[in-house]
Amino acid sequence: MEHFANLAIRSIFLENMALAFFLGMCSFLACSKKVETAIGLGAAVVFVQVLTVPLNNLLLHYLLAEGALAWVSPALATVNLSFLSFILFIGTIAAATQIVEMAVDRYAPKLYTTLGVFLPLIAVNCVILGGSLFMQERDYSFAESVVFGVGSGFGWFIAIVAMAAIREKMTYSHVPDGLKGLGITFITAGLMSLAFMVFSGIQL
Amino acid sequence: MAAIPFSREDRKALVDPLIINNPIGVQVLGICSALAVTTRMDKALVMGIGVTLVTALANLAVSLVRNYTPGSIRIIVQLSIIASLVIVFDQILKATLYELSLELSVFVGLIITNCIVMGRAEGYAMQNPPLRSFWDGIGNGLGYALVLMLVALARELLGAGKIFGFTVLPLVTDGGWYVPNGLMLLAPSALFVIGLLIWALRVWKPQLQEKD
Repeated sequence: MEHFANLAIRSIFLENMALAFFLGMCSFLACSKKVETAIGLGAAVVFVQVLTVPLNNLLLHYLLAEGALAWVSPALATVNLSFLSFILFIGTIAAATQIVEMAVDRYAPKLYTTLGVFLPLIAVNCVILGGSLFMQERDYSFAESVVFGVGSGFGWFIAIVAMAAIREKMTYSHVPDGLKGLGITFITAGLMSLAFMVFSGIQL
Repeated sequence: MAAIPFSREDRKALVDPLIINNPIGVQVLGICSALAVTTRMDKALVMGIGVTLVTALANLAVSLVRNYTPGSIRIIVQLSIIASLVIVFDQILKATLYELSLELSVFVGLIITNCIVMGRAEGYAMQNPPLRSFWDGIGNGLGYALVLMLVALARELLGAGKIFGFTVLPLVTDGGWYVPNGLMLLAPSALFVIGLLIWALRVWKPQLQEKD
């Protein structure tokens, strides 16, 4: 149990997807102007992440990894298809995003219009593919991949909501012309990343 | 120059993304990976080459099939073209530069979701002829590589006193005079360096500044 709690803390704070690995930066910068939008996008990312990381973990262990096809026939026990993982992962992710998009369109049409193009773009959001690739690289078991999916998604959610809150306040401050918009957002993200480093070394 | 036709538009497609329409500084594409691989210049160089090749070839391929691709499934078509190219690049990298490929870890795979590749395929190659799209891909890849190398130069030089692994500023720990700035090797500095770079670019080219 302690192991899983540790993994969750690590993936939320220490190895925060947005602030330590810079994943999902494009939508992190573009959709963080308002807290409301940020919460919507964050929730969608958490949902897709929780869905795809464990799903890709199953696909990896029962389809791609060395000897994974042994359940089909013993003759395939030596086949190693793990080089195909990129294309399989992205396929799963694209399908999952499509489902989320249809669900949001049906049940929260207002959110659907606010998120606009960034909702389908979750399919090419690095957080999602990055989560699956880290899962493969670190060799997580199925249970670990569930915890990691929840943790990394939630960490990104916290980061983008905090960023949006800061940017809402920042509209009242005087920023030099050249730094307006993108520049100051980068510097702010850097300061946030600095703040998140405080968590390093925490172990349960 | 007679062999390959190279018109004024081709030149524009190739040169514009280097500075005036730079993918990172102006179009805000492909930032995710730009930040993570810039602790050392060799990593940044390999990443820049990879993205340039993938963008150029993906643009070429997408543009070749653009008249036969139904609009509703175009994203999945583009994604499978890009993913196949990245798999090839990843395998080549593992075969030739194994050590480096371990250090780049997931970031080679993440070229698939790099917004530059997707953005150019969707925004340019779908409307333009194959060769011009190819040049546009090369241009955007090089513009990306340029920013990557600049950021990596600042971080490696100030953080470790080295350029491409060769010592330029001898460190105090090795008997030299330079006290390295450890922060430059950590995550936040990448964000600071890019932020400052964008500031510099926008002071130089005021038409790029954002209105509130």
